[in-house]
Amino acid sequence: MAVIEIENLTKDFAVGFWRKRPVRVLDDLTLEVRAGEIFGFLGPNGAGKSTTLKLLMRLLFPTSGSARILGRPAGDPAMHQRIGYLPENPYFYDYLTPRELLAFMGRLFGMGGPSLARKVDGLVRQVGLGESADVQLRKFSKGMVQRLGIAQALINDPEVVFLDEPMSGLDPLGRMEVRRIVTGLRERGVTVFLSSHILPDVEAICDRVAILNRGRLQEAGTLEDILRARIAGHELILSGWTDATLELLRPWCSEVRPMGERLHLRADDRENLEAVLRFVFAHGLELVSVNPIRPSLEEYFQTLVVGS
Amino acid sequence: MNRILAIAQNTFRETVRDKILYNLILFALVMIASSLALGQLTLGNEDKVILDLGLGAISIFGLLIAIFIGIGLVYKELEKRTVYALLAKPVRRHELILGKYLGLLLTLAVNVAVMTVGLALALAYTGRAPAGAYLRLLPAVGLIFLALALATALALLFSTFSTPALSALFTFFIWVIGHFNADLARVGKGSAVGEALGRTLYYVIPNFSNFNLIDGRAVLQTAGYARPIEGWAVAGAGAYAVIYIALLLAIAIVIFSRRDFK
Repeated sequence: MAVIEIENLTKDFAVGFWRKRPVRVLDDLTLEVRAGEIFGFLGPNGAGKSTTLKLLMRLLFPTSGSARILGRPAGDPAMHQRIGYLPENPYFYDYLTPRELLAFMGRLFGMGGPSLARKVDGLVRQVGLGESADVQLRKFSKGMVQRLGIAQALINDPEVVFLDEPMSGLDPLGRMEVRRIVTGLRERGVTVFLSSHILPDVEAICDRVAILNRGRLQEAGTLEDILRARIAGHELILSGWTDATLELLRPWCSEVRPMGERLHLRADDRENLEAVLRFVFAHGLELVSVNPIRPSLEEYFQTLVVGS
Repeated sequence: MNRILAIAQNTFRETVRDKILYNLILFALVMIASSLALGQLTLGNEDKVILDLGLGAISIFGLLIAIFIGIGLVYKELEKRTVYALLAKPVRRHELILGKYLGLLLTLAVNVAVMTVGLALALAYTGRAPAGAYLRLLPAVGLIFLALALATALALLFSTFSTPALSALFTFFIWVIGHFNADLARVGKGSAVGEALGRTLYYVIPNFSNFNLIDGRAVLQTAGYARPIEGWAVAGAGAYAVIYIALLLAIAIVIFSRRDFK
């Protein structure tokens, strides 16, 4: 079941002081996120990720297109009762303490009394702010504010959580904790829509991703599928080779690297791969392994951005 | 309603934890205290001087609080992006504006109350004012509060679409012009365009002089000043303020509800 349905969502901003002209920051985005998955929304800075999230939160009004969350239009306040949102580089009232901020946010959901106090206590502990729960936010580091941001997004036990760059500003330990929190949400059946450009984190936790560049959707699907389509050849490892066989293999290979008893080869396309394999079997060499050379998400990302 | 109250309470908490507020109150109280010294320079009119200066101080410092804090509140929400997390909650945009306004009114009410107590103490210090004067102080301060509530609504409206500096200027100018509103109706006499302009401004700009019904003499009701405080005039000023504020808030809500928060 689709929990988030985005259809032809487009947003133009007017720029310029005197003669304003429209600049398209999001172009015809169509996307579906299914219940219970962690969906990674990727793209370089300025790709339109935050704009999409703000459109979903109705902080921005779309130029055209529509978005539905949990079957309700994006602007429906009753639907907002069931979702959570962490803005990019969040900032909260610095005169409040985490406990006060979370209690305030809870009241906006109609919560109150001892159950809200318990919820607040649990959340500050969950995000690792237990010891600073009564310290004013003006004394907080960026990472601590980020953790509090995650806590406030979870105050209402949401069914869908939108996290805009939740790992930014966090040290490696903090990032690991966020990953733990996010995977914990999935275990509870919560759908997570996570925008990020920190790719290893996305690779580690996301079920499916969409890649956005310059306001346009480039690709959507599982990481496996996206990267498999971009296999950049195969690496073969042989043993029992001789200098003579090495020279015979060389024409099919873009890379030939003897390493002790083993010979590492790289065949760039299927034709060459088959030729190498036929040779190996015909000459009785021992095949140790054949591995597809898949780009990492990082490499794919680079080619995408540079290519555009 | 709960959400509006939660936002109002949070706004109040924000202003109470702001140092500017205490500086302003301190200045107002110093000014009221200094009226004691100034009053001694006059002959027999000590209480009137204390009252006029005191009411003036409440009015001016109340205005400064309304401008400095009122304008900052919405602008800061946008500038610091605290509004993002807030509006993603089940909060409608008009609830945010109304909550902010209510919170600000509460701050103003508490401040005006503190300054009024200061003024009453100054009056008690001389010990010559009639007992009824303390009671009559209340409608006088009440009218000032209404004027300040109106100024706050203006400041809030400007801050939904303008920068703090411009909003402060606009609010201050309208406050000043609004005190001489009656003169506007006479502006441009003789030229049809000028007259129409003057008339339009007269009706558009809030008439702050409506709230100057009760001065020091009226509070004291001393000999030679027979005019009683007219209840219907005070009620009329109240109704005027309520209608005007409702209109200003409605415009602020319309503007705020259409805004893109980039």
